[in-house]
Formats: sequence, structure tokens, C-alpha cells
Amino acid sequence: MKKVMTGHKAVAEAMRQIEPDVVAVYPITPQSEIAEYYAQYVADGIVRTELVPVESEHSAMSACVGAAAAGARVITATASQGLALMVEILYIAASMRLPIVMALANRALSGPINIHCDHSDAYLARDSGAVQIFAESAQEAYDYMLMAQRIAEHKNVRLPVIVNLDGFTLTHSSQVVETLSDEVVKGFVGDYEPFYPLLDVDNPTVWGPFAMPDYYFELKRAQQAGMEAVPEVFLGVQGEYSKLSGRNYKGFFEAYKLDDAERVIVVMGSTAGTAKVVVNELREKGERVGLLKVWLWRPFPRKEIADALAGKKAVAIMDRAISFGNMGALYLDITSAFAGREGPVFVNYIYGLGGRDVPAEHIVQVFEGLKDAEPGELRYIGLRE
Amino acid sequence: MPSVKVLAQRQEQRGSRFTGGHSLCSGCAEPMIVRTVLNTIEDPVVVANATGCLEVASTRYPTSAWNVPWIHTAFENAAATIAGVEAAYKALVRKGKIDRKIRFVAFAGDGGTYDIGLQALSGALERGHDFLYIVLNNEAYMNTGVQRSSATPRGANATTSPAGSVIPGKPEDRKDLTEIVVAHRVPYVAQASVSNLIDLANKVEKAIKYEGPKLINVYSTCPLGWRTPWDSAVKIAKLAVDTCYWPLYEVEEGRYRVTYKPKEKLPIEEWLKPQGRFRHLFKSEKGKELIAELQEAVDRHWEELLMKERCTQGEG
Repeated sequence: MKKVMTGHKAVAEAMRQIEPDVVAVYPITPQSEIAEYYAQYVADGIVRTELVPVESEHSAMSACVGAAAAGARVITATASQGLALMVEILYIAASMRLPIVMALANRALSGPINIHCDHSDAYLARDSGAVQIFAESAQEAYDYMLMAQRIAEHKNVRLPVIVNLDGFTLTHSSQVVETLSDEVVKGFVGDYEPFYPLLDVDNPTVWGPFAMPDYYFELKRAQQAGMEAVPEVFLGVQGEYSKLSGRNYKGFFEAYKLDDAERVIVVMGSTAGTAKVVVNELREKGERVGLLKVWLWRPFPRKEIADALAGKKAVAIMDRAISFGNMGALYLDITSAFAGREGPVFVNYIYGLGGRDVPAEHIVQVFEGLKDAEPGELRYIGLRE
Repeated sequence: MPSVKVLAQRQEQRGSRFTGGHSLCSGCAEPMIVRTVLNTIEDPVVVANATGCLEVASTRYPTSAWNVPWIHTAFENAAATIAGVEAAYKALVRKGKIDRKIRFVAFAGDGGTYDIGLQALSGALERGHDFLYIVLNNEAYMNTGVQRSSATPRGANATTSPAGSVIPGKPEDRKDLTEIVVAHRVPYVAQASVSNLIDLANKVEKAIKYEGPKLINVYSTCPLGWRTPWDSAVKIAKLAVDTCYWPLYEVEEGRYRVTYKPKEKLPIEEWLKPQGRFRHLFKSEKGKELIAELQEAVDRHWEELLMKERCTQGEG
């Protein structure tokens, strides 16, 4: 069914259809409306979820870990400082291989305090062990919330999955979203089969023991195996979902007019939408430009992205966060994927920090800038000098 | 009140919920408290444990001293973790996936409760989750090397409030966590001590009858941190009780009851003297003044407590 709705509503709608056992959530701009919609569903008896209206995001993630270890299907949502407060426990959730799904309404980290979009919050959790997916639109946020559930719970994965959606740009703006019927979603996500749940009191389990140098290393390596299992599972879930929805999800990234492109932008999130408009306009003028929009950021599909960019003349990698003292994280991901291999000229663009608007003319400037790019340059777009 | 015989029977029946083989120090009070709590609860139990001595000493991978489901996540979030487990239980009961009664118990030290875990505890108490929270109160960060916490008594020598030539140990009074929990108006709050295990068992029995959050703050001797003999855990804790430094009482639906009133209230020196952490107080004029002030505070708090009991129980 096609409806006009905000990104918030699209995420809340996916959550309503999944109907997790437990939602532990704490309000923060620009995520709060997700929590509010869901609290209303609970208040109206539309869902049978146990809502835990915690006193902080630290407790939100702690309660999610407790609930998931207990054997419940669990979802949460947050943004910015909220994720920062969760991060300690997010690492633990990943180490326990708990399939907690989280919507992250991307917002700049303080300070100075700012409520608008950038990706510094997602970058903060880069090494947490959580799978990270970026949505371009409210539609993708809805679709990936459903797919995230399946990816997280796959027996070979069993990891937290974060679905990133740009704060305000996606959370607060209304778009047309096509939803699936409740029955189709229920069939797609299926019944949850917990592993070694705490509540199986006849078979007691120990969650979160103390591991010294004699075991810690092996346990972390085993955790990495969960990440290594993601790509195959991701593609399988995409394939199944594409059939159900009639939408075309295929691959770790969307290649937009990429095949014959000479100059390419790589970007994550809603800016890809603006970039597509610019690609179309420039193509009409005969310029061979293209776009690579990353869906799956962690684990990072190194080989596939490198293969897609090999042979291009110049590539602008756009990071919506600074990695102080180095190039942007996405730039490092992609350039390192070319280690020992001939690659295009890469330029790193830092853009849109703290909600700085990213109009089409900035994207035009990025494509323009690629004509005379020096390899390894760090540039800022939209910044007042 | 359960008798010693009943306690022994329960140890036979359920004593293996927390087994030997852990690496807690000899003379540590914690295993006695943990066993008394777990043995008293008949239903299946799920335990959440904050980071601390108990956690580190009982679950060194790949071993475990626990024969009940057990979870540890971090230092400051035992209350939030058990809240999540309990929320999952409620949801799964509602969906018909679980049909038996399960009890939820959190164990945390004074550092994990009075200090870093206070916010998570307050939140879980306010939300009304059905769980029993046991504070293993040994009055400092023992697991990390006897640093002061907000439960550390005034004048105690701790590694981050050392007794020096100018400052005689911790300058500040301890926080009254038990009363903070009472202020949350939860159904059952109590103070207990390793020296009075029957009293502790009785309090657990009472607590578990109530739906909602319950907390028992249990005085737990740490021979290493308090610098007392290895065989003195019960004796020292008994002195804390008999000097009225650590009164045994309960607040049941808002009504105070002192569960043990010493026939003869001992002077505070009796409790201070055998402990190395207070030795410096006896060596200077300043220290002696501090002891007098401690006595004054104990007397005042004891009178306050008796008054609360009279006010809330009514006469007779």
C-alpha cells in the first residue's frame, strides 16, 4: 500500500508489523517520534510488545541486552548523544551475538550541541561489531528495518544491526512509502528462535563471563566470523525481500549510471538522492558521471566496491563526518580496498556537518572538482572559508 | 523466621545454585550472602550480576560457579539488565511462550549501586520491574583495590582517600542508599548483614512475596579491604550491627521495623578498633575527635530510625 509518511512513521510502521517482544527506548531529537508512535501502539493495544521507557540510552541498550539474552526479539532507536551513551553496551551486545535491531536517526555529535544530520554518530559505532546499513529514503528505511531483522537473527550472523536514516532529512520529511501487508511481513520475519535463552531455566547459561588473555582473543575472532557471514546472508535476504516487495534490492550498494561513468561520487544516506538528480542533469549534457551509494557499510564490502570503481578516472568519496587527524572513514575504507591494485584518482570530500545543507550545486561542484583532482586530496564542500 | 535447621535444609536442596570453586578470597562474606539469598527462593531464578568481585571470581571463562541462568553486562547497569530480562519474561508470558513463575535477582556491590549504577537502579525502581536487588555492601571498590566509594565510612583509609599526615582518611560521610530506595516508595526495602543470616533469609522470604522492585542492602565484610583477620567476617559485621552503625531494619509498604535491637548498644570504637582501615584514628587527637563525631552520627541516625519505626508502625 502506498502512503505519504515521514521516515519516523515508516520505521514505526515496520516495527509495528514486526511486533518485537521488547522495545527499550529513550527520547532524543530527531528520533523521539519513533518512540512516540510505538508507545501509542502499545497504549492502544495494537501490539503486545513490552515497552521499557528507560531513564537513559545506556539503560536502553542494557535492557535490550538483558531482554535479547533472555530470548526476546528486541528493537530500539536512538541518535547522536544517545548512541554515544549506548556505545559501551553496544560493544557488549555484539560480543554476546545478540540480534538487536536499531534505527539510528543520524545526528551530529556534540559539541557544539546540534540536532541536525551528519554521520558522526554512525562513525562512532563503526568498530562496535554492529552491522551498519544506510538508507537513502523513508522507503529504504522501512525496507531495511524489515530486512535487518532477518540479517540480525540469521544463525550465522547473530549480531546487532543498525539501520541509519538521516536525521530530519529523512526522519521528518514526508515521502511516498509503499508498505507490505502485515501478513506478508509476519511471514517474512517469521517466528523468533532464540539461542540459549536465559529464560530456559532448566538449562542454565552464563552470559557475559570474564575472559582473560587465554581466551579473549579467540572469542573476538569468533565474533569476527559473525561479521564475515553477513554478506552472503545480506544478499539472500535482499533477494527474498525483492521478490516479496517488487523493489529491486541487489548488492551491497546501488550503482547508479556507474557502468560507463568516468567521474564517480560515492556517498551514503539521503545525499544520494540529490546526487542522482545531478547525475541525470550532467548526463544530459553529455558528461560521463555516475554514483555509487553504499547500503552495507559494516561489514565493508571491500572487494565488490573496489571492483565497481576499478577503471574509473576519478572518484569523490564523500564523508559526512571528520575523522580528526586523518581522511574520512569511508575514504579510508575504499582506498584501503585498492591496496596493491591500480585505482582511480581518489579525493575525499567532507560535507554536510551538523546539518549543513547539501544542495544540487554542491554535488555539481564535486563532479567539476574531479576534473582537476590531485590524488589523496582532502576537500570540504559547503564550508564557508 | 526460618530456623538454622531450615537454612541447612535449603542448603541441601538448593545450595548448588552457587557452587564452590570460585576464586573469591578466603573469608569473603559474599558467598554466604549469595547462597542465603538463592537458597531462600523456591522458584527458578535468573541472576544479573554487576561487574565486581563476585562476577570476576565466579565466571572466569570457561568456568562458572553458577547453576542458575546468569548474565553480566557491565558495571553500572545490573538494574537495567535485569529490567530487560524481566520485560522479556512479561512479553513471553503474555504471548503464551512461558507459563511458569521465574524470579529475577540482581547482585551488585556498593560501587555498582551507590555510585555508578545509581541512575539505572533509580530508573528500574521507578518503572516497577519485578525484581530483587541485593547490594553486596563492602564499603569500597574492593575489586579494583580498595578505592573509596560513596558507601565508604567517614575516616576510613581507602586507596583514593588515604589516611595522610594532613587528612585522616575519607573526609565525607557515607551516602544513605537504603533511604534513597525507600524514597522510591517500592514495596520492600531492607538492611541486612552477613552476621545475621536468618534475618537475611527472612527478609528475602518477605521481599519475594511482593510484586515489583525490592532491595536489600547487605553488609558484607571484606577482610582484605578492611584489614581484618580472615576468619572475622561474621564477627566484624556483628559489631557493625551491635554498635548500631549498621542497623538491621526493613521498610515494608512504607512501614519501618527494626528487626534487631541490641540489648546493649556498643560504643563505635568496638567496631572501629579491629579494623586496619581505621587504625590511624586512634593515633591522633584529630582522629579521636573524628571517632566522637562518628559516635554522634550513629546515635542520631539510630534515634531517627527508632522514631521512623514509631511513626509508621503506630504505638504498640
